[in-house]
Amino acid sequence: MAPDAPVKTSSPGALPNPVTRLVRWDVIVTALLIVVFAGGALGTPDFATSDNLSFALDDLSEIALIALPMTLLVVAAEVDLSVASVLGLSSALLGALWDAGWAIETIIPLLIIVGAIAGLVNGLLVTRLGLPSLAVTIGTLTLYRGLAYVVLGTKAVAQFPQNYADLATKTVPGTPIPYPFALFIVAAIVTAVVLHATGAGRAIFATGAQEEAAFFAGIRVKRIKLLLFVVSGVVSAFAGAIYTLRYGSARADNGLGLELAVIAAVLLGGVDFDGGRGTLGGVVAGVLLIGLLRNLLMLRDVATEIQSIVTGLLLIVSVLTPRIIAGVREARRHPRGSISASSQ
Amino acid sequence: MLKRPMAAVALVAALAVGAAACGGTTKKSSSGDNGAAATSGAKANPNAPIKKGLKVAFLPKQVNNPYETIVDKAGIAGAKEYGGTAKEVGPSDASASSQISYLNTLIQQQQDAILIAANDPNAVCGPLKQAMSRKIAVVTYDSDAAKECRDVFINQASSEEIGRSEIKVISDLIGGKGKIAILSATANATNQNTWIGFMKDELKKPEYAGIQLVKVAYGDDDDQKSFQQTQGLLQAYPDLKGIIAPTTVGIAAAARYVSASKYKGKVQVSGLGTPNQMRKFVKDGTVSKFELWNPGDLGYLASYAAAALASGQITGAQGEKFKAGRLGERTIGADGEVILGPPTVFDKNNIDNFHF
Repeated sequence: MAPDAPVKTSSPGALPNPVTRLVRWDVIVTALLIVVFAGGALGTPDFATSDNLSFALDDLSEIALIALPMTLLVVAAEVDLSVASVLGLSSALLGALWDAGWAIETIIPLLIIVGAIAGLVNGLLVTRLGLPSLAVTIGTLTLYRGLAYVVLGTKAVAQFPQNYADLATKTVPGTPIPYPFALFIVAAIVTAVVLHATGAGRAIFATGAQEEAAFFAGIRVKRIKLLLFVVSGVVSAFAGAIYTLRYGSARADNGLGLELAVIAAVLLGGVDFDGGRGTLGGVVAGVLLIGLLRNLLMLRDVATEIQSIVTGLLLIVSVLTPRIIAGVREARRHPRGSISASSQ
Repeated sequence: MLKRPMAAVALVAALAVGAAACGGTTKKSSSGDNGAAATSGAKANPNAPIKKGLKVAFLPKQVNNPYETIVDKAGIAGAKEYGGTAKEVGPSDASASSQISYLNTLIQQQQDAILIAANDPNAVCGPLKQAMSRKIAVVTYDSDAAKECRDVFINQASSEEIGRSEIKVISDLIGGKGKIAILSATANATNQNTWIGFMKDELKKPEYAGIQLVKVAYGDDDDQKSFQQTQGLLQAYPDLKGIIAPTTVGIAAAARYVSASKYKGKVQVSGLGTPNQMRKFVKDGTVSKFELWNPGDLGYLASYAAAALASGQITGAQGEKFKAGRLGERTIGADGEVILGPPTVFDKNNIDNFHF
């Protein structure tokens, strides 16, 4: 392939700008989160109780956990749609092996290996064959879900040990924070440090912004992507164990459609679907906003359809707003807007 | 960074499995740790008046399902009769876990009674137990949860009666001979699976030796999926004689497909459906007979059972009686079950007498 560097530096977003700094989407989402929380606490008596919040957070556990590797992938301009199917496969395996008399302590590491393999398959198809991740993971979405049904069929396995079920549902003593969410907080801090304060993080951003440029700058683009897919698989498989223990029911159809909730949270958090831009703080705010908003709407007896409409609109606004901001900024810089208008 | 990250991942994981395989929590070692049932020393007072202003919530398998809507509307009307307020909330998809969020919300709202048609008998157990420990009456209807997670189950008809009569109906329709298939709802729906169990058992009888059940397909109570599953069944088994769809969504989708295809008249569709939904297929000859209990009565009965529980008239123990408005007095049977009554068979002669 002919190197067409120097790369087009005029692409919007490549240059920092004081205006966008002020109205960054992740800041808006965080503000929105505070508004929703305050509004809920004032207007809905059952909302800001420690009981309700701990439940709302527990309900978010898997989405929140999977959103972390998903953020890294989307920043690297890839996506993994198979996460919910890996979760389902992991749940099905957990059920089948538990039923067969295996120990939980053996099953969970095995699930992690299976998750790693699932992620590796995604990663290899994307990096070695150069296929788009959207297409690859739509395929594996179906494939892994199919495997889940092969493993457990249509039955449901229940009756998991109480101590593990407690780990998935009880809160850290003295706080309203459920254990899975505490795990998410730790994982989020680690992910934030990796993404925003290390060379690996800068490499992920560079890969997503301009893959070829990153490659010529000596970044091992493919290796990074491969690793991110593996991490995504591992986290999804682990989330499958949490999901199963939390609901007390292992089934092949567990987590059906969860990938959309994860991607929604990532996009809502202001991560650019084209890659190269986003912050982990924004994603954490996005995850919390989706979860608390849903909880609030349910407490207020808002119909399911309206809930979907609210979430959908929020998502469209979140994808649209940064573009509009970028557009306005671009228009200001080039009042006659001749050349760069084509890039949108 | 590691040179070979994949190898490292594999190594760590392998070590973890090795370490863990030496011992740990298995199904055998942990059996019996799921606490005893919540039926405690609470005493029933059959003469207690129904409390005024009871807050009652219906949580169907999914909202906007025509059948569940009828059930819940009648239940809400029942609550009005005894001076309570009732509402219907629920997920838009019939998956196991989506009911959990709603259950937890209802607990936070401190409802007096929760009525649920469980999508998975165990997945809803944790929150239901929590509700019961907070003195919220729990009634299952249509599809039961595990016994220890509810006070009373309102069964639409004896499951055995439904399962066995479905086979009788289809056998009549296909002349006692040929291949049949079942188009069910979700694979884990408690009620569907119990009926299918009795259907399979009924098929073992010598008089049904000529009937062969070739497949149980799942349409997930989704109209489009049920339609496609019907299409798939007829393509896979061109000599299929009958389809039993023990679900209102499934039977309507199956009938719609058959009525517009070359299989009309060759393949008999039966199962459980509502008269309004099936009227046109009965009139055009696609469907000759199908069954259902009165779903309105089911919701109404469940609503009264919830009120009786929440008012302390009953606790859910066998033999207790309660008054269910226009349906008269009902008695709780074994395992906290109350049976609505035998199903009604609808055909072209009687269908116009029913409007639901």
